[in-house]
Amino acid sequence: MKNVTLNKALFLKINEIIKKYESDKHNLLAILLETQDLIPKHYIPIEAAAFIGDKLNIPISRVYDVISFYSALNDKPKAQHVIKLCKSTTCRVNRYQTVRDVLEKELGIKMGQTTPDGKFALEYSACFGACDISPAFRIDTEVYGNLTEKKIKEIINKYKEV
Amino acid sequence: MKKTVSLISKNFKKIHPESLKEYLKAGGYDGLKNALPLTSLEVITAVKKSGIKGRGGAAYPTGLKWEQAAAIPGPRKIVICNADEGEPGTFKDRYLLEYDPFKIIEGMTIAAYAVGANEGYIYIREEYKKLQNRMRKIIDIAIQNGFLGNNILGTNFKFNIKVFSGAGAYVCGENSTLIESMEGKSGRPRIKPPYIKERGLFNLPTLVNNVETFSIIPVIFTIGPEEYAKYGTPNSRGTKLISIAGNIKKPGTYEIPFGITLNEIVFDIGGGIRNNKKLKFLQIGGASGSIVPASMTHIRYCYEDFKEHNITMGSGAILVADETIKVVDFLKSVQDFFLHESCGKCTPCREGNRQLSKIFNRFVKGNASIEDFKTIERFGKVMKYCSFCGLGQSATTALLSAIKHFPDEFYTHIDKVHKTI
Repeated sequence: MKNVTLNKALFLKINEIIKKYESDKHNLLAILLETQDLIPKHYIPIEAAAFIGDKLNIPISRVYDVISFYSALNDKPKAQHVIKLCKSTTCRVNRYQTVRDVLEKELGIKMGQTTPDGKFALEYSACFGACDISPAFRIDTEVYGNLTEKKIKEIINKYKEV
Repeated sequence: MKKTVSLISKNFKKIHPESLKEYLKAGGYDGLKNALPLTSLEVITAVKKSGIKGRGGAAYPTGLKWEQAAAIPGPRKIVICNADEGEPGTFKDRYLLEYDPFKIIEGMTIAAYAVGANEGYIYIREEYKKLQNRMRKIIDIAIQNGFLGNNILGTNFKFNIKVFSGAGAYVCGENSTLIESMEGKSGRPRIKPPYIKERGLFNLPTLVNNVETFSIIPVIFTIGPEEYAKYGTPNSRGTKLISIAGNIKKPGTYEIPFGITLNEIVFDIGGGIRNNKKLKFLQIGGASGSIVPASMTHIRYCYEDFKEHNITMGSGAILVADETIKVVDFLKSVQDFFLHESCGKCTPCREGNRQLSKIFNRFVKGNASIEDFKTIERFGKVMKYCSFCGLGQSATTALLSAIKHFPDEFYTHIDKVHKTI
């Protein structure tokens, strides 16, 4: 997939974020999280990483140390909507596998893949604290639980229409 | 003894969480009003008298921690609320953030007053992004109404709080790692000493407590430490928020007095096992906690009984597994989690988790050897005693307790050919 060419407006916005955090390298994590929110498909392109490193006066390797360490940061484009299915302990005893099977069938892709139109990516996640409504998944920042086959289809259709 | 109580959970689903007016009407900020006329020493003495221990997992006496933090000299000190609740099966801090956020900042404000800090942070995990926004809103409301800022309640006391977002790393729940990530670095634990109480965030003296710990503080200063300490057992004072989930009829967060039995928790509070199945085991305290077989559920939920049976309370999670769950399959999901979350700093944890995962794959497929069985126990112990931080040290707690209570389940997964050699 080709990188999104960063336009000037986007660089200006990233610059605003950096300024908000007083160009302080201690705020690298917060700056990266906010930058990623700006960019379609939830990732930080190399141009943006280099720009941030430059502005904070730190080597790009340090920026990538942070991007590659944290699960919430990505260095590659994901999809318009990322579906993160929990497979930690509680969802394991509540059989997340049944949810996975429905998701894979419904989207026509396997875990770890992205739909050809770039609309959905399917991946596993560690526990995100929705064990009271387990089995659960997240789509972007929205959490869905107590999942049945019917409910999963409804949720996916809702996102397909948007 | 009553099975559930409502002290910290009093406001859950009763008031609008973003309404200061409703919080005040429900007795909110009475704790701060009672605490501010006291001296720092008097505040700390009251916390000590309540007997509470840290609710994040380490169970360090809160009063003692505050006393040490107050004793460290320095014009600039930091108070951090650890809301990086990442322990699988745990969602009790989420309830506090969601249903009673003012209580958390009230508790933080009392803590800051006691230890002499003017700067506060609340580190909320990325997964709770919506609750981060709620917390930002709450903080703004508190500032506008004089509950945070420069002249809190008309006194000279100054305290501000900022929200900091985590980025999806379980290891950042460890206090020194949390601080590393707040300094813009990848999350790897620091060597101690220096302790973070002396040199924490930006090398400043720092006090870190869990969300629940801070939420108890306003209760102590409203009803009094003696009254709060009436709940619980001699060595486990007060109440605890627990998260019950898994194959249970009524999953959720409940506040219990210490000292009720695991049976009461599972059957009376949690409503028993789903689909008329039998209870097989519990996992107490999250993925890093012990496996407790159904035969041991007469044990009381308190520090002293848990210690006697070598169980760690951890985060307050209670995961319920019914008779259909295979222990080895379950451990595989625990193992996968730690392999993913190990930060890679120390060899026992990084390589131990990798090798254990490989061996577990053989167990799940049913072609493990008796040698594999011996190896997992040996590796488990090496990780427990030699890992750098709590993550590696506790990653094999479930495994080692499962070997103790369910050895047969491992044998059935060992390849018959290997077994006879």
